Amino acid sequence: MRQYKPQANAQKKVYYSDRFYEKPSLPKESLEAFPEFAKELELLSQEVKVLESYVERGDWVAYIEPKENKKALAALKRMGYEILSEMSAIDYLETRHGFEVFYQLLSMEKHHRMRLKLFLPEGMELESANDLFRSADWSEREMYDMFGIRLLHHPYLKRILMPDDWSGYPLRKSYPLHGDEAAQWYEVDKIFGKEYREVVGPENRDAARIDRYDTTRFARMGHEVPYGEDISLGEKETPIRYQEEGGVVIVEKLTPENSKQLQERK
Amino acid sequence: MAQHEVNYLKSGGLPVVLTTVDHLVNWGRSNSLWALTYGLACCAIEMMASGAGRYDFDRFGTIFRASPRQADVMIVAGTLTKKHAEFIRRLYDQMSEPKWVISMGSCANTGGMFNTYATVQGCDRIIPVDVYLPGCAPRPETLQYAVMVLQQKIRREKASRKLPPKRLV
Repeated sequence: MRQYKPQANAQKKVYYSDRFYEKPSLPKESLEAFPEFAKELELLSQEVKVLESYVERGDWVAYIEPKENKKALAALKRMGYEILSEMSAIDYLETRHGFEVFYQLLSMEKHHRMRLKLFLPEGMELESANDLFRSADWSEREMYDMFGIRLLHHPYLKRILMPDDWSGYPLRKSYPLHGDEAAQWYEVDKIFGKEYREVVGPENRDAARIDRYDTTRFARMGHEVPYGEDISLGEKETPIRYQEEGGVVIVEKLTPENSKQLQERK
Repeated sequence: MAQHEVNYLKSGGLPVVLTTVDHLVNWGRSNSLWALTYGLACCAIEMMASGAGRYDFDRFGTIFRASPRQADVMIVAGTLTKKHAEFIRRLYDQMSEPKWVISMGSCANTGGMFNTYATVQGCDRIIPVDVYLPGCAPRPETLQYAVMVLQQKIRREKASRKLPPKRLV
């Protein structure tokens, strides 16, 4: 659900934010105030080792070891969390050399959501949760597609969004937004072959680019030149001529000589 | 001798129309531009609106065909992703000559606002384009104007000769 923001002091809003500003994370509340969660934690602790557990905005969060993810999910499913509404990963390769994988679970009878989290070191494979939750099938495929996290015992681990012959994992923080070299030439390489790169040329990433020497695609107002003419060495002057050059009846022509500049505001 | 002599050559009464083969063929080509349904994104909605009753593409002889073999013009309406690029080329190759392409909307022209790794930055990297239609999304009137501009282009072409190879990019 979206966070409720009181609109009373909307005028006091800050209109810009620092580019490198890091939002403070939500307060982590202790489980002591939530007896129902404490009971569930106790049940979960009997099955797996819980590294950390707290309540965040009314949702119970539990950290576990990456090898015990399936055991923990099975235990939670028995407790009533029978819907896996979302799962994905967060890239922490730069700072912590791994990914944080989260499973967002929903219990319809308890009206609760809980989040199961684990830290997966880079290169380690994760057990697939597909036979517990069917929705994990495509989520895990997307996780593999976007982050390169490999899953064990997945029935059909294949890229889901990007083409099969794509190289790289686009949602990693190290992946450039405009794509690496293989991505930038992907369609040219695939359709025409690599030798065609010179013919097609690199991608033009500046959509507002204007080349004044290109007379096939651009025309300058008031400096019209014939289509396709080479003007790299200069072009003929084409002064702007107006219809009323000789003067129009009644209307007085304003010329720089006749104009008067005011020294003081009237 | 008849009382009212008709000079067929002078008064235009000869029941014959004189024209060139170019003009005749181009008249036929430009007035029956069958378009390939190529809706890729939201521009497709405007393309469908142009085909429907209010704007009525049929007046131009433009009828949407679901097969590239029966189509003359490909209206690339929407964002072309890199995953889809090979298929647009394949469908373009399957169209029979003579064929034309209208690149409809910012995304098809330059990639538009999708300045990312997954979008082809202009469909003219893959297929030769005849008419670039700006807009996001262009209104149906604009698409009709693009078809009219294409008709004018076809009418200027030499019908009797093989078409010169189109420039890519």
